[in-house]
Amino acid sequence: MLDALATPSETRTRPILEVKGLKAYYQMNYFGVQREVRAVDDVTMTISRGEIYGIAGESSSGKSSLIKTIAGAIRPPLRVVEGSVKFDFGGKTLDVYADPARMKAARWQHLSYIMQGSMNVLNPVRKVKHAFHDFAYKHMSLGEGDFRQRLVSHLERIGLDPRVLESYPHQLSGGMRQRLTIALATVCEPEFIIADEPTTALDVLVQQDVLALIKDVQRRMGSSIIFVTHDMTVHAAIADRIGIVYAGRLVEEGPTLDVFQQPQHPYTAHLIASLPRIGDLRKRKALPGKPPNLSEPPSGCRFHPRCPLAIDICKTENPPLETRGTGRVACWRAGEVEAA
Amino acid sequence: MTPLLELNGVNKDYSIGGFLDRSTLHAVKDVSFKLESDKPEIFTIVGESGSGKTTTARMILGNETPTSGTLRFMGQDIAAIRSRADRLKFMARAQPIFQNPFEAFNPLTTLDYYLFSTARRFLGLKSRAEVEAAADRSLQHVGLSLTEVRGRYSHELSGGQLQRIAVARALIPGPKLIVADEPVSMVDASLRMSIVNLFRDLRDNLGVSIIYITHDLSTAFYISDRVIIMYRGEVVESGDAKTVLGSPTHAYSRALRNAVLPPDPIAARAIIEAKLADANLAGPAGA
Repeated sequence: MLDALATPSETRTRPILEVKGLKAYYQMNYFGVQREVRAVDDVTMTISRGEIYGIAGESSSGKSSLIKTIAGAIRPPLRVVEGSVKFDFGGKTLDVYADPARMKAARWQHLSYIMQGSMNVLNPVRKVKHAFHDFAYKHMSLGEGDFRQRLVSHLERIGLDPRVLESYPHQLSGGMRQRLTIALATVCEPEFIIADEPTTALDVLVQQDVLALIKDVQRRMGSSIIFVTHDMTVHAAIADRIGIVYAGRLVEEGPTLDVFQQPQHPYTAHLIASLPRIGDLRKRKALPGKPPNLSEPPSGCRFHPRCPLAIDICKTENPPLETRGTGRVACWRAGEVEAA
Repeated sequence: MTPLLELNGVNKDYSIGGFLDRSTLHAVKDVSFKLESDKPEIFTIVGESGSGKTTTARMILGNETPTSGTLRFMGQDIAAIRSRADRLKFMARAQPIFQNPFEAFNPLTTLDYYLFSTARRFLGLKSRAEVEAAADRSLQHVGLSLTEVRGRYSHELSGGQLQRIAVARALIPGPKLIVADEPVSMVDASLRMSIVNLFRDLRDNLGVSIIYITHDLSTAFYISDRVIIMYRGEVVESGDAKTVLGSPTHAYSRALRNAVLPPDPIAARAIIEAKLADANLAGPAGA
C-alpha cells in the first residue's frame, strides 16, 4: 500500500522527522522600531515512524508557529533564524528549508494537514468534490474516473456516504465536515500528518468518534502524526508521546503514560493536576500569573515568575532540555516535582 | 418568599425557511425551574450545541421573549418589562458573561471604559473618583486591581484575565444573578480553573447565584449545586449535580457522561480502542 513498506528495513527505523535547534522568530520593523517575537526558540525533537506525537501548550505559547515552521508553511514576518527541519520520506531525506521545489512536490502526497476550522478549509460556494480535486488530484497521477473511484472508496472507509461529494459544506454537520477534512488529508495516504486542534470545535459526543477515526486511519496507513491541542484529556486518549510547549520552548517530553503519572516539569504537573474529573471534588488550584509576553520573555527559565518551585538560578539561567528517565525535561529542579 | 428566578413551562419556537417551505423549530420546549432567593447556588445547564441552552439564557436575560410560558425574576415577568427605568433595574440585578472575551470587548476601546460606563449607568455615580472606586472594588473581588487594568486594551491581556474583567464588570451593579454562557470554553486550560473557582467564591462570599451554561461535564460536576441536562430543547434530567452527573439515568445523559474523556491515559485509551472495535464490527468502514 505504501512505498515505505517496500523499502529496506533500516530506513524504516530512521526517524521520519528530525528537528534540530530550530529557531523561528517574528521579526517586525515598524517605522524604524525593531520588534522580535521568539515564537519557536531552540526546539530539538525527533518523531519516529507510526508515532502519534502530541504537542500541548496554551494559546500564544508558540505551538502553532512550531508546526507551521515544521511544515514549511511560514510567511514573513515569521522567519527561520537557525536550525533545520528534515523529513525522511521513503528513504530520501528532505530538508524543508534547503529544497523548496522538492518540498512543494512532497506536500499532500507525503505531508498533509488536518485543520481546525472545517468551514475555513472547504469553500462554502463550491461542492465538496471540488475541494478534493483542488487538493489531491494532481498529486495522485490518476485519470478522472480512477480518481473518482478512489475518492468513493476512501470516503466509505472513513465512514462517510460518498454522496457528500455532491453537497455544499453548509449542508453537512460539524462532525461530518471534520471527517471530510480528515478524508482530504488522508486521501493520498501521506506518511506524515499534522493535525492542528482537529477536535476543539466539535461537540463532546462527536469528539470521541473523530479521535477514533484518526487513530484508525493512522493505524491502517502507518503514518506519523503531530497532534496539537491544549486539551490534555485528548492527549491522554491518543498520543504515544507528549511534548509540552511553554513560551516557545519545549519544556518536557516523554511517553504519555509517564508524563501523566510522573510529570517532571512544574508546568506539566500543574496542567495535569488541574484537570477536573467526575467523581472527584477536591479543590483544584489555578496557576497564578499570566502567560508570558513572547516579545519580552522573562529571563532565565521562562516559567519562573509563575513557578512554585523557583529558586535563584531559575531567574538568570535557562535550563537545558536534558534526558531524564524515559523523557526529556528542561527544569533546574526536575527531580523535586511531585505529581499532585 | 418570592423566588429569585422562576421559569414556568417556557417554550420558544423559531420559524425557519421561506415562503414555500416554512417550518417551525422548537428551540426550547416546556422548561421549568426555580432558583430560591435566600439560597445562592450555581445552577448548571448542560447540553450539546443546538440543545436550546443559549436560547434559554437569552430569555432569562430578556433578550428573547418566550413563545409561551413565563419567566419571573424576583416576581416580575421578564418579557413584560417595558419602561427604560424597569429595564435598567432588571439589568442591574441580572448580568451576563459571554463566551468569548476577545469578542466581548472592542479591541479599540480600553477595558476600563466598560467598567466606568457600567458604574455610571447602574449606580448613577457622577464623579470620577466614585466611579473609579466602584470599578476598583469589583476588580478586587476577582483578584485584579484598577492599576493593572487602567488604559489597557483587550489584546494586552490573556483570555483568563479578560474573562475575570468581564466578571468584575458584571459585579459592579451588585447583581443577584449572573448568567454565564460557556464562560471557560475559550480560556486556556491553565487559567480555566481560576474562573471556575471564582464563581464558587462569588456564590460563597457575595451571595450571587450563577447560571452556568456549558457542555463540559467535568467542570460542571466540579462546581455545580444543581444541574439540568437539555437535549433538543427539552430538559431530560434534572436534580442535584453530584447525583445527576455521577450516575445519570436518562440515555442521553449517560451518553454525555460517557463522552467525557478521563484525564488518565489508560482509561482514555481503552475508550478509543472500544470505539475502534465497535467500528470494525459494524461493517465495511473498518474493513
